[in-house]
Amino acid sequence: MTQLTEPRSGYRVVGTSPAHHDFVDKVKGSLHYAADWQLPGMLHGRVVRSPVPSARITGIDVTAARALPGVFAVLTAADVPSNQIVERASGGLAELEVTVPVLAADRVRYMGEPVAVVAAATPQLAHEAAELVAVDYEELPGVFDVEAARADGAPRVHEVGNTLVSWQIHCGDVDAALAAADVVIEGEYCSQHVEHAYLEPEAGVGWLENGVLTLRVSTQVIEHAAMIAHILGLPQSKVRVIAAYMGGGFGGKEDMTVEPFLALLVWHTRRPVRMIWDRQESLVASTKRHPFIMRYRTGADRDGTITAQRVEILGDAGAYPNLSPRVLFAAAACACGPYRVPNASITSTAVFTNNVPASAFRGFGAMQIVLGYESQLDELAARLGLPRTELRERNFLAKGDLLPTGERLDTCVEVAETMRRAIGLLGEPPRPSAPGKLVGRGIGCNRHPYGRTIWFRDRASAWLSLQADGTLLIRSGVTDLGAGQAASLCQIAAEVLGARLDDISVYIGDSALNPPAGGTFATRQLYMSGNAVLHAAQELRDRMAPVAADLLGAPADDLEFAGGRVRAHRGDVSITLAELAAACEQRAVSTAHLSTWRAQAGSFDPRTGQGDTFPDYTYGTHAADVEVDVETGQVTVLRYAACHDVGRAINPMRVQGQIQGGAMQGLGYALTEDMAIQDGYVQAALFASYLIPNARDFPDVLVDIVESGEGKGPLGARGIGEPPIGNVAATIASAIQDAIGVRPDRLPMTPERILALLDERTRQDGAARKEDLT
Amino acid sequence: MNKRQITLTVNGRDHEVWVIPSDTLLDVLHDELGMADVRYGCGEGVCGTCTVLLDGDPVNGCLTLAVQAAGHQVTTMRGLLGADDTLHPLQECFLRRGASQCGFCTPGMVLTSLDLIRRVGRPTREEIRYALVGNLCRCTGYTKILDAIEEYADQ
Repeated sequence: MTQLTEPRSGYRVVGTSPAHHDFVDKVKGSLHYAADWQLPGMLHGRVVRSPVPSARITGIDVTAARALPGVFAVLTAADVPSNQIVERASGGLAELEVTVPVLAADRVRYMGEPVAVVAAATPQLAHEAAELVAVDYEELPGVFDVEAARADGAPRVHEVGNTLVSWQIHCGDVDAALAAADVVIEGEYCSQHVEHAYLEPEAGVGWLENGVLTLRVSTQVIEHAAMIAHILGLPQSKVRVIAAYMGGGFGGKEDMTVEPFLALLVWHTRRPVRMIWDRQESLVASTKRHPFIMRYRTGADRDGTITAQRVEILGDAGAYPNLSPRVLFAAAACACGPYRVPNASITSTAVFTNNVPASAFRGFGAMQIVLGYESQLDELAARLGLPRTELRERNFLAKGDLLPTGERLDTCVEVAETMRRAIGLLGEPPRPSAPGKLVGRGIGCNRHPYGRTIWFRDRASAWLSLQADGTLLIRSGVTDLGAGQAASLCQIAAEVLGARLDDISVYIGDSALNPPAGGTFATRQLYMSGNAVLHAAQELRDRMAPVAADLLGAPADDLEFAGGRVRAHRGDVSITLAELAAACEQRAVSTAHLSTWRAQAGSFDPRTGQGDTFPDYTYGTHAADVEVDVETGQVTVLRYAACHDVGRAINPMRVQGQIQGGAMQGLGYALTEDMAIQDGYVQAALFASYLIPNARDFPDVLVDIVESGEGKGPLGARGIGEPPIGNVAATIASAIQDAIGVRPDRLPMTPERILALLDERTRQDGAARKEDLT
Repeated sequence: MNKRQITLTVNGRDHEVWVIPSDTLLDVLHDELGMADVRYGCGEGVCGTCTVLLDGDPVNGCLTLAVQAAGHQVTTMRGLLGADDTLHPLQECFLRRGASQCGFCTPGMVLTSLDLIRRVGRPTREEIRYALVGNLCRCTGYTKILDAIEEYADQ
């Protein structure tokens, strides 16, 4: 069902796929997620949310709610010590400064915006109390799409304006290059609001302990502790955030969810409080993926060499900034995909609307635009009569090439190899199963960043200690989404220090007890914390090696750390790690080591659009065979294949899992998922009405992994968390185009839209040609 | 509302619990009895994270009232573990195949597929897919879950 390259020789633990502690707990059902903790005297919290998308609050009456027996707190904006969440997602580089309230005081800007928060003895009482909070709304005109929001005289979501940020990246002379091009094509592509739909809703428990406000929540980012301290007016030393292993996050738990509300309720009641968002509450109020409008204009020579590209991207940020500035930046930085574009002009703009805020979601802007650049490549191939693969190979980036930002690629680009392998996995092209069905094959390549934008000067720390009995502790502030963030660290440490995997325990996700690792997002944790653990382990080994060498009577560079022992190659003598730990103790050599790893530094100039963007990229290709029913417009995915260059697979099984899961989420995005918002009102009130893929919807995702060994992560790894969701919509659109001769340009590609395209094709007299992709 | 006492038999052990008639089986198992392997995911019977076996048949704990379960055998995934927490062979297959990522859907996947295999022996991959439509997974893309279930069914 799945294919896998053989582990590279030279490593013992890296490149194998052991089932680690998290898997064991998960298959036993013994893992305690955020909602699973209870404390004595625990109250239950609930948020009161705005039922309208744009209104002035003319009054809030909490009397009845407070009078309900069993209610311990009903808090409004007036009860929040510092009622603002300070988020400068670009680091203050370019975006409007907008205040985000924890609880709305006099104005609501989206349906679901928090207005009050209650704590009561039972969840039912909290629900009743929330219903009793009487809020008077005077509805105001709202603005619900980005074009309307940019029009003159549009209602202002915020007084300072509706354009949150507009990034520019320019190189060369696009106008001249387009004028001189043999062929110019253009297109507009649109994507939709999308729900993360992690199966674990937002949840957490908070309590006071030794005067420290402690929250144990489902979060990707324990560093929010600083923001929570700011909201409550507490010193940062008095707030502790513990991240439970998450039941999925996908970026939706990168911003705070329950944290500020739990913090307020615990602080006011001095009691433990639990808050679990209903699924239906999560559907309405959680952040979404940004809908994009992407306008592309591409010029090329007759032989298919791309000479110029003009790209305009508009993203619907919703009512507040959240992480929109960075999402739109990633879109801009990746707008030309894995192709050489010597003349480029890219603008990427985040616009406020009165829709629910959009923010981080696996792929983070760099995924939406794949539909844009890959559609252009397919259209160009069709126009020039070139095979889609050949056109791509003619334009693929290579190591040493310049990106439109002026950065030079300093690692290899194996995207052509991923394309060859992905197509190879599909096998023979399919035949239609019946009259009235059309089949087609599609491909989609991508370039996806891993690691934070460079100007944040990212860093991660890890703290290792060899115990007296030769076992090993790893402490890291990493949070674990279920992708093996903690387990990968164990494999890396085991590889270097020789501790057996079963002898390693990893303590993660505690802002008080772990050295900071930064959050788990931006496909950064293997890159950052993996490097931190690698360097910590190497430094600790280097410190202990002379002791071992002394005991073994061998030179320090002749030692092998493996299988719980240190062995001298010459003489074939060895000691256990426990004996080494004891010897270090006698010699006052510390067996604990804290190391901080820093990513490369750089800067970006938002005026010139030149400078440093991301540390590196992961490249990949997906390929698919589809069948289209011309009567119903139904698209059936027959076969699906994905191949990415991950540099080095630390745990191949988990790499496969990331690729398969990312591709499946991408299939939902491409074909079924649509978080429709009508005039600011979220339409999917039930989980049943939001269609994430089930086990029957799509075929198995066939996987091949390229290991180029040239990533910037530990041992040459590249990140793989986000990249595999990026290719899918473009791949499916490419296959549909191959089948029916018309390109879908709007997501999701529902049967209704496919039927409309087929009507269009009838009008166009089926001019499109089909080609062989085998 | 008045509470009444019922006896719930969960994983072979009797529990006397006070419930109100509108309490769901999910609420009582998770919050009253501390069974963390029975999880709230949607409250609509769509996602399957609260799946338990009721006299051997998979049901959604969020759509079953606790009082309806009185007098019946309730099995959660932890009820499949042997002495000393040893894994059930199906759980072993999930472990070996990497069929859990975040793990939140795992109990529902294991219990639903176990019921299928007990009923039909060696289901086809398509039959397994059909049986799992009420158990959503957002992480794995299902392939490794199906691989694990097929491996167990082959044993």
